Amino acid sequence: MTLAPDLTISGSATIDGATLFAPLTLSLGAGAWTCLLGGSGVGKTTVLRLIAGLETGGTFSGKIMASDGLLVSDRVAYMAQDDLLLPWATVAQNISLGARLRGEKPDLDRRDRLIKRMRLQDHMTKKPSELSGGQRQRVALARTLMEDRPIVLLDEPFSALDARTRADMQDLAAEALAGRTVLLVTHDPGEAARLGQSIVVMTEHGLTHCEPPHAPAPRSVDDLATLETQGALLRLLREGAA
Amino acid sequence: MKYLSALAATLFALVIWQGIVTLTGLPKFILPGPALVAETWWQNRWLIAEHAWITAVEVVIGLAFGTVLGVITALQLANSRAARVLVQPMLVFTQALPVFALAPLLTLWLGYGLWSKVAMAVLIIYFPITSSFFDGLMRTPPGYLDLARTMQASKRSVLWHIRIPAALPSLASGMRLAAVYAPIGAVIGEWVGSSQGLGYLMLLANGRAKTDLMFAAMLTLGVFSILLHMIVRRATAHMAGEAR
Repeated sequence: MTLAPDLTISGSATIDGATLFAPLTLSLGAGAWTCLLGGSGVGKTTVLRLIAGLETGGTFSGKIMASDGLLVSDRVAYMAQDDLLLPWATVAQNISLGARLRGEKPDLDRRDRLIKRMRLQDHMTKKPSELSGGQRQRVALARTLMEDRPIVLLDEPFSALDARTRADMQDLAAEALAGRTVLLVTHDPGEAARLGQSIVVMTEHGLTHCEPPHAPAPRSVDDLATLETQGALLRLLREGAA
Repeated sequence: MKYLSALAATLFALVIWQGIVTLTGLPKFILPGPALVAETWWQNRWLIAEHAWITAVEVVIGLAFGTVLGVITALQLANSRAARVLVQPMLVFTQALPVFALAPLLTLWLGYGLWSKVAMAVLIIYFPITSSFFDGLMRTPPGYLDLARTMQASKRSVLWHIRIPAALPSLASGMRLAAVYAPIGAVIGEWVGSSQGLGYLMLLANGRAKTDLMFAAMLTLGVFSILLHMIVRRATAHMAGEAR
């Protein structure tokens, strides 16, 4: 992995003349987790897709820049709420998908290390349909790590999981993605409070920066400062919607 | 259970059939009973087998060619906008033509032999294969394509590693449909001009008022079509994701 850069996206987006999001500037700290928190339809996923270089259906005017001046969209790894595992491929094949798509030889040692790290040793030759939701999301995380990119974009990757599995996955992801520039888009104030080293609330009126708790992420689920932040974030979300 | 219910349905149909024959007292050249048809079938089993073999060969070759052509066309359509603009309306137009109307033409061009029937079968299955596979190729879940894009996949490798595998279940359903249609195509071809095949035998028997032989040939064709459908179903189970 190359050194993780700072990222800045500034601009606005429209779709058929209607505003997707008003002019804004969002900075992602190098090697840190930024949580972009917001309700449905405020355009937070659009921001993430723009950074990833994916189709948004709208028009963006502005710029996306990395502190090292290099192109952003070819240095990102992407993980979504849907695990996007190919149902016909095995767990191992899904993890090394990126190399196969680029016509490269996958680094099998690295793949096996990741499989071990994600505790998937017993499932290597299984198809995704044989796995639980949490296991599938661990495969998706392993696939994301296999790409070894300095910038990681997470679009509500844990929202479909049950509470316990979600907390486990948050811990695992925080540890595994440490040192990368991570953007986590989420609608869950608790998730933002646990994981964010920088927390930004997105509403129709724009972005509001929030002070994250002092404890290092991932914060314990019953840490008082974290719970307090969670409450404050929820209040901001509700005020923004009013 | 599935076989048991099929057996029960067959028996039920035979009873109704025999009941109609007995009750109405229709002469056997109008409606022969199942017992007579079975007897005729057994007496003519070698004749029927000979003609069935011809039809089977036509159908299997037609199925193979039609599938290959359909798959190639669908890939071209999925790959190129120009192909979609130029070829798609033509495809729909050929479907609007009754295939029956083309049969004499095919016989004129390709002769009385095997190939005019193969062409007939190909024509009749080409569209279902092409359109089902093409639909599958165009309906790749967008999330997969997003993921592939962030992985810097080329258009070609997306097609090969994602869009084609994702479309295989659609192709499988097209092939299953084709297995039912292909025998119809071959028999239409035989009706229009041939000296061999089950279609020819049916026409011949009908012309000589050998209605029992006509029924025997027709039922043979029906059984053959069902068998073919079962074989294709089994063969495409893996493609359709029904392997387990």
